[in-house]
Formats: sequence, C-alpha cells, structure tokens
Amino acid sequence: MPIVRRDYSLTGQDGRLAVEKGLAGAEWYRSALPRKRLKELMQRRDGPAIRDTLLWFVALGATGGLAWHFWGSWWAVPFFAAYGVLYGSASDSRWHECGHGTAFRTRWMNDAVYQLACFMVLREPTVWRWSHTRHHTDTLIVGRDPEIAAQRPPNIVGLLLNLFAIKSGLATLKKVLLHTTGRLEAEEATYIPEAERGRVYRVARVWVLVYAAVIAACVYWGTLLPAMLVGLPSFYGAWLLLVFGLTQHAGLAEDVLDHRLNCRTVYMNPLFRFLYLNMNYHVEHHMFPMVPYHALPALHADMKADTPPPYPGVCAAYREIIPALLRQAKDPNWFVQRNLPADAKPFVARASAVPAE
Amino acid sequence: MSQWIQACRADAIDPEDVMRFDHGGRTFAIYRSADDSYYATDGLCTHEQVHLAEGFIMDGIIECPMHNGRFDYRTGEAKGAPVCVDLKTYPVKVEAGMVFIDLG
Repeated sequence: MPIVRRDYSLTGQDGRLAVEKGLAGAEWYRSALPRKRLKELMQRRDGPAIRDTLLWFVALGATGGLAWHFWGSWWAVPFFAAYGVLYGSASDSRWHECGHGTAFRTRWMNDAVYQLACFMVLREPTVWRWSHTRHHTDTLIVGRDPEIAAQRPPNIVGLLLNLFAIKSGLATLKKVLLHTTGRLEAEEATYIPEAERGRVYRVARVWVLVYAAVIAACVYWGTLLPAMLVGLPSFYGAWLLLVFGLTQHAGLAEDVLDHRLNCRTVYMNPLFRFLYLNMNYHVEHHMFPMVPYHALPALHADMKADTPPPYPGVCAAYREIIPALLRQAKDPNWFVQRNLPADAKPFVARASAVPAE
Repeated sequence: MSQWIQACRADAIDPEDVMRFDHGGRTFAIYRSADDSYYATDGLCTHEQVHLAEGFIMDGIIECPMHNGRFDYRTGEAKGAPVCVDLKTYPVKVEAGMVFIDLG
C-alpha cells in the first residue's frame, strides 16, 4: 500500500477533506449513562481541588526551597529534579482541568490556577483554551486537531527533544514574542476568534515582562538560580508531561468519531494520579468532559463494560506505543486498533477512516 | 404575537436540570431551577451547535457538555470562552402542571 503522508496543518488539504467527509464538528459516540447518574458525576466541588492545589503548592515550596538551600552542591540535584516535575509537568494537568473549568466549583479559583499553570507549562492561556476546544471537537481528526502530538510518520527526534520541551518550548517562546507585537500565526487565526485576540497579546506582554525580571535578577545577583526556579523548570521538568501525554492518543486511530478508538485509559498509581489529576482516564474524559477529575474513577467504573480494556500501567501502554510509533515511522497508514468488548455498543463508522491492517 | 406551545409536564424535569424539547424542526432546552422556576432557550450551544440538554446545570448556569462553555440560562448571556454569542431565550409559563413556551 502506498504511504499516504497526511497534511496535519489546519490550513491544508486534509482539513478541507475532513469538513467534506463530515468529520469536522461531527456527532461522537457516547456511552449510554442514565441522566441522573451523569448529573451526580458532573457535580462540582471545591474541596478536592483546594486540597490537591495546596498539596501541590506545599510540594513546590518544599522542593524549591531545598533546591535553593543546597544550590551550589550536588544535593540540589534531586530537589531540582522533583521541583522541575512539579513545576513543568504537574502544571500540565492543572492547566487542563482548570481550563475546562471543572477542577473547582468556584470560577475564579479555576481561572487563577489556570493562569499560573499556563505560565509554568508554557502554554499561552487564550491560545491553548481555543486549541484545546478544537481538540475536543475534532479529536485526532487530521487537519482539524491542533494537538496531535504523534503525527504520522512520527518525528521521533522531535518527540525526544520534547522530553525537555526543547522543540515545543522554544516554538512557544517564538510565538509569545510574535504575540507581543499584536499578531498571530496563520493557523492560530483559524481557531482564535477576533474578540479573543487582545487577550493573547496582553498576556504575551506580561509573560515577557516576567521573563525579563527573572533574567534581570540572574544578572543582578550573578547566578542562574532565579531562572532555575522560574522559567527553566518548564524545560528541565517537562519530561513526565510527555511520558504521560503520549499515552493519551499516540499510535491510535485518526479520523474516527469514537473516543474509545482514539484515546487510552491507563491505570496509574496514586502519586502519578495526583501529578496527572486523573487525566489517565482519558477515554472517559473525552467522552464526558464535564465530569471533574475527582469523579473520573467513578465514571470509569460505570462505563468500562462499554470500552476497550484499560492498560494496567504506564509500562504496558508504552509496550504498545513504542513499537507503534516505530512502525508508523515506516508505515504511516498503520495504527493500533482497539478492540471493544463483546457486550460493548459497536462503533458505527460515519466516514472513511485510514485503513488498519 | 404570542405562540404558546406545550412543551412538557412540569414534574418531568428534576429541580436544577434541563430537558430537550423539539418542535417544528427546531430544538429547545427547558430548564427547571433549584427554586422551581422554569426557563427556555434555544437548545444548541452557540459555539458548536451541541445539544445543551446533555449539559450540566449549576447556580443558574448551563454548561455545554462538549467544551464547558457556559450560559446564564435565565438571560441567555454567554459567560465566557468558548461561548461568545448569547443564547436566545423564550418566555415560559406553567399552567395545570404543564410547561408552555412562547415561540411567537
């Protein structure tokens, strides 16, 4: 079979084809749950998120404080390693959940933690709110979803560079500088409404001021320490974000309208679930994004008979992901086909998808 | 000119919940607030045309089930991104245990 190289840009041919085929803004499969039960699961509370945010802040304070204390000795290394993960990786799930508005019941708390987490994970708040909206509308629809992390064929070197956000982080900083001039990239203009663009430019200018202050502090005190605590952790602490993030969709079907086929749910230990805010329940999250993170395990229990088996752990997920990506590097048409349980409601194809083996 | 259409039984909607009502090729959302007041809006989110009747209600707000876009269902006001366009609202009355909406 000839290799079909897809055009993942939002302004290209595959995006237009997706619209023509009815894949854009389409109706997705949802597991049948009684309305009453769904209402229970959707209930918002401040308690869990206040607890988890305070724990996160305490952990950041403790590891950052100890890293500062031991600065100049090798003892600082493990504390910076932990601080980096809490800053550059755990912020990803806080960005995500607060961006959905589901972490806290109280709106301003979601907004405040969202803005902070965005800065830490290097995701511009307005840009990513809109790109993530598109990701939920058109999950892994080629030419429509701006957040497909492992495109086909996968850029393995690029993915490895993103273990320390080298490719993604530098690309973001370049965009931030562009945004300070009051301009967007062409692709961003396809999903950020006109009325929202002022916010993009204002926040970019605030970020540049913060980075300038950090750099000034480094120069003034003649030490890299300020940057090691603010700014650089977005890079050296990003690795766990990628490790977790690739489990979401990498190697799975594109151009299908069923999240059971293009998302993974992976069981994780309590520490990982704290860092990831239960985003490992990714099938459930995509199917019912209004269910807050603290209710996702219960939602999973309710719908698991209708979904493919979850992966028993991160290692099990990667035993599939790594060979899948290596295979897609040679055969971009291939993808991991998830099997639904015998009793699950079937997926009814609404448009032609990339053929599997 | 008023055009009152019978939508549903008042007790068919739980307190602080929403129900879909289709009529004449159009779809609407009928709401019952926590204090037993009834409201009606267009049934599709103004962002991506998703049925709001599958969404989440809390404190006078309907949240779209797809992107968590929020509207005040009492006034139709869009409360923040990704929803930018207000929802159209319709007058509602309850008579003899039935909810009516005015499509006039």
